[in-house]
Amino acid sequence: MSEIPLPQAAKRVMPWWLLRHETMLAVILLIALIGLGSMNSRFLTLDNLLNQGRLTTEVGLIALPMTFIIITGGIDLSVGSIVGLCAILLGYSWKVFGFPLPLAIGFSLFIGGVAGFLNGIVITRVKVPPLIMTIATLALYRGLAEGISQARSVRGYPEWFYFIGQDNLFGVPAQLWLLLIAIVVTAIVLDRTTFGRTLYAIGNNETAARFSGLPVDRVKLIIYTLSGLMAGLSACVLVSRVTTTRSDMGIGYELDVIAAVVLGGTSIFGGIGTIWGTVVGLAMIQLLKNGLALTGVKGDATIVVIGTVLILSTLVASSLQRRREGV
Amino acid sequence: MTAVTLVSAEVSPRRRLKVLASQEALLAIAVIGLAIAVGLYNPRFLAARNLSDVLLGNAYIAVAAVGMSIVIVSGNIDISVGALIGVLATISGTLAVNGAPIVVAWLAALVAGVVVMALQGVIIAYLRIPAIVVTLGMLSILKGGLISLTGGKWITDLPDSFHLADIELFGMLPFPVFLMIAVTILAALWMRYSASGRAIYAVGGNAEAARLCGISQPRTIVMVFALHGLFAGAAALLYATQLRVIQSTVPPNLELTIITASVVGGVSILGGVGTVVGSTLAAVLIAEIASALVFIDVSPYWIRAVQGVLILVTVIADILRRRRMAGA
Repeated sequence: MSEIPLPQAAKRVMPWWLLRHETMLAVILLIALIGLGSMNSRFLTLDNLLNQGRLTTEVGLIALPMTFIIITGGIDLSVGSIVGLCAILLGYSWKVFGFPLPLAIGFSLFIGGVAGFLNGIVITRVKVPPLIMTIATLALYRGLAEGISQARSVRGYPEWFYFIGQDNLFGVPAQLWLLLIAIVVTAIVLDRTTFGRTLYAIGNNETAARFSGLPVDRVKLIIYTLSGLMAGLSACVLVSRVTTTRSDMGIGYELDVIAAVVLGGTSIFGGIGTIWGTVVGLAMIQLLKNGLALTGVKGDATIVVIGTVLILSTLVASSLQRRREGV
Repeated sequence: MTAVTLVSAEVSPRRRLKVLASQEALLAIAVIGLAIAVGLYNPRFLAARNLSDVLLGNAYIAVAAVGMSIVIVSGNIDISVGALIGVLATISGTLAVNGAPIVVAWLAALVAGVVVMALQGVIIAYLRIPAIVVTLGMLSILKGGLISLTGGKWITDLPDSFHLADIELFGMLPFPVFLMIAVTILAALWMRYSASGRAIYAVGGNAEAARLCGISQPRTIVMVFALHGLFAGAAALLYATQLRVIQSTVPPNLELTIITASVVGGVSILGGVGTVVGSTLAAVLIAEIASALVFIDVSPYWIRAVQGVLILVTVIADILRRRRMAGA
């Protein structure tokens, strides 16, 4: 990473290319939609598409802050484990501590934020590389979830709690509204605020950003905390949808999340990326899963496809980038 | 990055040796101290049967951790190794059950391990995709592929001669323990005294300096991953042959245990520093902790949290130590 020459930085934020990348993705998405639709008549129905939106919310809520993190050149592998930990604490604090459910939800969001904050504080203060820090907490948070729950599940939540995960609001799945709001807010923050532009500056050249007086550490701390918080939110939505709490919830989410972000054109090397790209990436991953499922491919085979997509899209993006830079 | 690289270059070889020796000595003391402490609480922990079970059942983790250490020293990471071990064990077991000569079944695991890992090495080194992306992708390809091809069916009726782990050398030394010790010593000597072994430290410590010294970084990385694949193959054989059945699934979170062993063993996550002796001691320590939990009446469900804390503490200590040495 350190050997990337400086002059690239200026070229990297060329808007026409960003536009092109997302247009390209959108066109592929459209072709995929039509292709899958013609193969299976159940695919291209409003019901199915809305239901896919419901299913993609949990991963989507995490993919938005992950876009921020990857733009700064970082990564967060612990998100799946935070989902597990928050889900367990939601159920545990409600059932065992006897918290009223709204308080339990607040508690589980708080713990998500704390988990992310711990990642952020060690990454910024001790300078542990994000990859290693979040591998360590990937083990730690999952271990806490397993230790606290002793592999027991919690079920039997009150009826109103299932609204967010299973009901509709104005004809659209309730949790999809959450995702839509989160998308709009994060897109505006990334594109229109100093905070958002700081993320690009850090990803392009962290040292330069520091010397320009940008609050690099504070910004990083905020995005890792946000990532944990959103993972906590995702856990609540997930528990509400599947009506039970288990310590293995969220296993493998990091794959879906990172694949969606990278597929959406965010560079794994940092400095490039948009929320809209991530949204298209999310849609593609979910439709891929759904399309494969409808054509009779089993769930385990779809993660093969997602893994391949992750590697290939990184390959294509990095070779495009290299060609543009004439390396 | 730059600051850290400078620091490790400034440290004299003798001082570095001392620091590393202390990490290994510390681990050895921890292994023995823990055994005594738990033994005082519950003497059954020290029963020869239990101690040998701990070593036998976890030797494969130590063998795989040797490969992982080499990968981390070169400045990379691999999170696909757990899934790969599951796949290799299944390949070997399937061949053995279907009447292939036992030696072929064994060799197939080793060869397949080298091929898969070398392929990842090529993508990482020549196409310059970060190791985390490549190995995360490979993890899901291997895991999904294995389950969808086998349906998670157990492989039973393995021929008796397949069970490598049953062999006892000189009538007393179980093969897994022998392999663990032999692999560790050979890898340690190779990394310390051969040019290609030193090249790994050079590439992990300062890639640009290594290049100027005429060391090919891509070639070194592909070599590192190929070797890691070989050790993963050996680990898969121990794993496959220690029980009477092979579950054709991926052992859950095996890669985390292996990475923990390497990091706790003193392999610096910033690359360029570390020995495989430490990682083997750490693998033994982790296995010992997991077993000790049962004997001190703590639920084994806590083991992964303990692993997480172990990684965290070692990594933070490593970075603070480097910073202090830079200040001194």
